[in-house]
Order: sequence, then structure tokens, then C-alpha cells
Amino acid sequence: MPKLFLAGCALALAAPLSALADTAEEITALRREIETIRTDYEARLQALERRLIASERSSAAAVQASTGAAEMATLTAPTPTAPATVGSAPGASSSGANAFNPAISLILSGLYTRTSQDPARYAISGFALPAGAEVGPGTRGFSLTESELGFAASVDPWLRGAASIALHGDNSVSVEEAYIQTTSLGNGLSLKAGRFFSGVGYLNSKHAHTWDFVDNPLAYQAMLGTQFGDDGVQLTWIAPVDQFVEVGVELGRGRSFPGGDNGRNGAGMVALTAHTGGDIGASQSWRAGLSVLSTKASDQLLDGLDTAGNAVINSFGGRTRVWVADGVWKWAPNGNASRTSLTLQAEFLRSNRNGSLVYDVANANSAGAYRAVQSGWYLQGVYQFMPRWRLGLRTERLTPGTPDYGANTGLLAASDYRPYKNTLMLDFNASEFSRVRLQLAQDRSRQGLADRQLFIQYQVSLGAHGAHRY
Amino acid sequence: MMNRSIILALLAAPTLLVAASAHASLRIFACEPEWAALAQELGGSLVDVSVATGALQDPHQIQAKPSLIARARNADMVVCTGAELEIGWLPILLQQSGNAKVQPGQPGNFAAADSVRKLDVPGQLDRSQGDVHAAGNPHIQTDPRNIARVAEALGARLQQIDPAHAADYAQRQADFGRRWQQAIARWTALAVPLKGVPVVSQHKAFVYLYDWLGLKEVAVLEPKPGIEPTASHLQSVQATLKANPARMVLYAAYQDPRASEWLSKNAGVAVVKIPFTVGGTDGAKDLFSLFDDTIARLLAGTGKP
Repeated sequence: MPKLFLAGCALALAAPLSALADTAEEITALRREIETIRTDYEARLQALERRLIASERSSAAAVQASTGAAEMATLTAPTPTAPATVGSAPGASSSGANAFNPAISLILSGLYTRTSQDPARYAISGFALPAGAEVGPGTRGFSLTESELGFAASVDPWLRGAASIALHGDNSVSVEEAYIQTTSLGNGLSLKAGRFFSGVGYLNSKHAHTWDFVDNPLAYQAMLGTQFGDDGVQLTWIAPVDQFVEVGVELGRGRSFPGGDNGRNGAGMVALTAHTGGDIGASQSWRAGLSVLSTKASDQLLDGLDTAGNAVINSFGGRTRVWVADGVWKWAPNGNASRTSLTLQAEFLRSNRNGSLVYDVANANSAGAYRAVQSGWYLQGVYQFMPRWRLGLRTERLTPGTPDYGANTGLLAASDYRPYKNTLMLDFNASEFSRVRLQLAQDRSRQGLADRQLFIQYQVSLGAHGAHRY
Repeated sequence: MMNRSIILALLAAPTLLVAASAHASLRIFACEPEWAALAQELGGSLVDVSVATGALQDPHQIQAKPSLIARARNADMVVCTGAELEIGWLPILLQQSGNAKVQPGQPGNFAAADSVRKLDVPGQLDRSQGDVHAAGNPHIQTDPRNIARVAEALGARLQQIDPAHAADYAQRQADFGRRWQQAIARWTALAVPLKGVPVVSQHKAFVYLYDWLGLKEVAVLEPKPGIEPTASHLQSVQATLKANPARMVLYAAYQDPRASEWLSKNAGVAVVKIPFTVGGTDGAKDLFSLFDDTIARLLAGTGKP
């Protein structure tokens, strides 16, 4: 009996469905017919328009003969707008003040983290970082990673503006970028003012949702405060040659590590960047560059260890210069990356800190000279082996060097341990707008402690989906 | 003395470089090969055309790579499809180019799709529908009548940007228009047997072609626009075809043919590779042979060459 009932239901459901299909087909056929009628009319209208324009032109030509070629531009200028009215832009119909709303995008991202060592005690051996620096794997278990709210629009014919606001999992808000940029300087020049990520290196200016791994490389965490952003101005110039050559200069306050507010009027940060790149055949493209970032800091509090292994807080004042050499090479068969592609990228960072260090500000408070030359590099490859799936490998190593503590020599812990880390990543991109990622890492940042890390991450993009940089 | 002349020479070098690159012809940066071909037809020796993408590349998925930034920086005019086809790369390319002439809203920024009536304009905008374009289907170049409309607008724009050669452009445009209308008449006559033929598309890339020739799309292999065909969806298409048979399955030259070939093998329909743009097949050498080849391939697919 229930079977019969089910069959009856199925039939009852199926019958109107097939009827629906018939009418749907009829409707599409009707639509096609209307469309052809419309296009016919349009063709006739356009033919009339053409004749009108032609007759206008011939009379204009007669005028032009007497008034000269300079007038021609103004006479012909209105014609291109005529066919433009044929296009229908649904966006233009949204009326009122909202029609000029900026493009809004929202990135949502969540993470599950599993680590064999306590992330609260994360440190990179040999590298003195400010207390509370955003390094390491963050929180264990489930966490909401930064939700990024983006706005962008033209301001007027000369400027555009963009902002990206990060809403952090701990309910705090930060302005990642908020800048205005010229669109009309021409001659390859572009000027940016406000808060922005510095153009040094390759990864630095990339937003977290475009990274190929959950985290930034150790070298960035140890020497650029994960990602260096500042308040200031940036001028870039692209050379008028066929080869891509871009140079840039940045001036800023030196707001964040390796800089630090110093209360002076002058620039606390100066950066120079140079990049070049091009294609090798249809399948390969590359970019390489060299940049230098110079920052000033005073009273910068850094975590450190004394010779007994106790945590102390030291204070640094002086100049930091970070050199970054970067290179990226991308391959896709015939330049079509929809099926398979490969990206190799590497960066080398060298940091030179020069100034004074006050050892153990809370107790000993002993001042001394300080000079440290440190370096690090990473090398990574990301291979898209089939549509939607990518596999990535990253290997990296840091060299802390032997800091010269001047008068404080012998008070601080010294070691020649070189931190290293290997990472494996697999991600699935259901569409351009969503991604699920699995990442495994063997992190040997802490001397004598092996941290095995596992991350599962999702990232999605809502609303306007801005184009990504190379 | 020697040193001073070396310094002078070094100072003069970049100026010469700038002067050398600022040669007389209008530098056009075309996003896709069909617009490069059209600009070449309308500009002849007055223009120097470079094309950003090849016929074997998916125009949706291009990166704003260094070579393209350098070319956009030096262009006098950018000729693209518009209708959001290049939304993933062109805006950032123009921003990074530092070239005021080609920014949106400037005469040097030409969008072909502005000149034609778009089909498939979505009634509802939601990404659950896949990679839909708010402005309508952007693959306008598969209908030669659209090319004619774009040629009108592009010709007028060339005259506006380069008024010194306005008469030359007008003459080339009139000449192209005449040859193009004759060609359309020829193609339309050739394609009469295609009217009403049921077909399957791999991507919704041919609506304008169907609209022109009266082909009937009965199924699409991509479950949603821009989403790769899945095995389950292919099977449902195969089932649809049992009740509603199609004669051929069409894919564009830049696409992976495996989905179309699977359907061809399992549902017994002919598989037809459409050049889609200039250079997509060996036969599609310019705009005229692009449609010669497209029609020939479709006729061969129906078994009525």
C-alpha cells in the first residue's frame, strides 16, 4: 500500500514536471523569436543611424575643409557614444545615492589548528621580537581567522581609494590598508598615500587570503613583522620599455616592526624597490626584484633570554636595514592555467640592526651597543595537478648570526642554532571564490623543540572579487 | 672633459629612449585576439597592435603578469571585450600601468561589449549560479553581426583618438564594413542547414553564435558557468540527450576537450572544436577565415559539408 502511494506521488509530481518542461521550451522558443525580431529592428535602426552619421559626416567634412583638421576631433567625438547606448548595463539602473557605492568585498576564513608544542610559548630562536608579535601558529583548536572587509572605488577623475579592514577573531579591528592612489599622473607614474603594505619583496604586499600557505614564511615573521605596512607615501614608476621595469620609493613614519614610533618629524621609514620581469615563450612568465627597507626605532621593547635561560625584556634603539631579493617563475601550458600550472618562488632576506640595546629594562637596565646581521630564505613550489587541486611544498631556514652586544656581551644567551621549517599544503578550490586547505608542517623554530603542526582552513570571498596581483 | 661628455651621454640616453618609443603609430593593447585582428583591419599601418592573450588561453583566467603591465603602460588605447570578461585581471593591470590614457572612462579605454545587445543577462545575481556576468554573456565575438557593430564603434573611436588620420580610418572602416557585410551574407547562406540543429555546449560560450545561426542548445556540460564538468553532471546530460537528442557537442579551442569527447563517445554525438577566436585553429587566421572555419566545422559536424 505505501509503495502504491509513493508511486502515485511520484507520478503526480512527474506529470506537471514534464508539462513544465514543454512550456519552458515553448517560452524559450518564443523568447528566441522575440529576440530575432528585436535584432532585426535593431539592425534596421542601426542602418538608419549609420546613414544619418554618414550624412552628418559629409556635411561635417565640407565644414572641416574650411575650418581645418583641429575641429575634426570635436565633430567626431559624439559619434562613439551613439552605439554605446545600445548596451544595457543593469548596474546603471540602480538609482539614487547608492548607485555610487564602492565595490565591497568580504573575506571569511576559519581555521582548525593542531600543534605538538604550546603555541603560547612560540618563539624563533635567536631572533628578538616585540612582545605580542604575530608569529607562530596562533590558537590551538578551532578559531576564526581574520575577516577582511574591502572597499574600493574611483574618487574622481584623478584618484581612486581603497581600504581593507581586518576584523580579528579576538573581536578587535585593525586598518590593514586605507589609501588613495592617483590614476591620472601618466608617464608610468603612480602615487599612493595613506596606509598600505610596502612593495618590498614579493609576498609583502599580498593580502593573507592570496597566500599559498596558511602562514607567511619564517623570514617574514622574524624580520618584517610578518608583513610590513606603514603610513606614508609611495611613488612607483614603470619604465617606457617593452621589458617590465618598475622602481618605487616609499616614505613613512616607521609605525611597526622592524621600525617603531620615535616621535620625530622626519621619515622613520624609507624603502626603495626595483622589479623587472617578462615572459619566456607563451608558457612561462617571471618577475625578480631587489628591495631595501630602512627603519628607525627608539625604545623598542624586545623579548630576550639571559644566559640562564630566563625571559628578559630589552629595549632597542637605532636603525634597521632589511634587504630583500625575490624571484617568482610561473608556468602553464600555453599560458592556460585552468588545467595545470606550476609556480616556483623564493626570497632571501637580510636584516642589519645597528644601534643600542638596554639589557633587562625591568632590573639590570644596562645599556650597550648592539649590532646584529641576520638572514633567512624560503623556497616554495605550488603545483596545480588538475583543475581545482593544488599541492604546495615550502622549505625555509634562518641564520641568526652572532649579535654584538657591546658592553652587555656575555649577559644574553647566544647560540648558533639555525631555525628551519618544512611545510606541505594541499588545497581544493571549488570555485574562484572558495578554498579548503590542509597544511602539515614540521616547525623547528625553537631550539630543541620539534613542533608538528596541522591546519585545516577555509577561505571564501563574498561580493566584489577584486583582481589579484601577479 | 671626457667624463663630462660621458655624463651628458648617460643623461641623454633615457630621453632618446623615450623619444624612440614614442613613434608615430597608435599603440593598441588588445585583450583578445579577435579585437587585435579587428583593430588591425581598421588601423592598418597606422596602428601597432599587441595582444594580451592567445587563442589557447582562457580569457577569464589571465594574470596581470609583468609583460602585460609593461605593454599596458606604453599603450595609447586598450581594446577589450568588457562585460566583466576581464574582471579578474584588467582592472589591476590598468591600475598598475600608471597610464592615464587607458583608464576606464577615458577615450583610450574601449570595451567592445558596450556596442552590442547582450544575451543571457541574468535576472538574479547570485554566485550560487556559478561565474555569471552581471552585464550578460561576454562572448560576443561568435556572431559576425556583433563584430560589425563593434567595428562601427571602434572606427569612430580611432578617429577620435587619432584625429590627424581620421579620413584614413573612415575609409578603412567603410572598406571593411562592405567586405564584412558581403561575408555575413555568404556565411548566412552557407549555414542555412544548421538552423534548428540541436547541440550541446561545453561552456555557455556560444549563445551569440546560436542566436545568429538558429542552432538550438539542449544542454551544457558545465553544471554552472565556469565550474568544470563533473562526472555526475555529464551522466545527467547523457540522460537528457536520450529524450532530447543532439547532433553535436561544441567546445572552444582553449578548453579541455575531455568532457566533450566523453559525451561524444557515450552519447554518439559529433564533437566539434570551435576556433572561438583568431588563431584558435590553423584555419582561423584572421576575422574572415575565423567564420569560414567555424561554419565549415559546424557543417562537417552535422554531416552536411
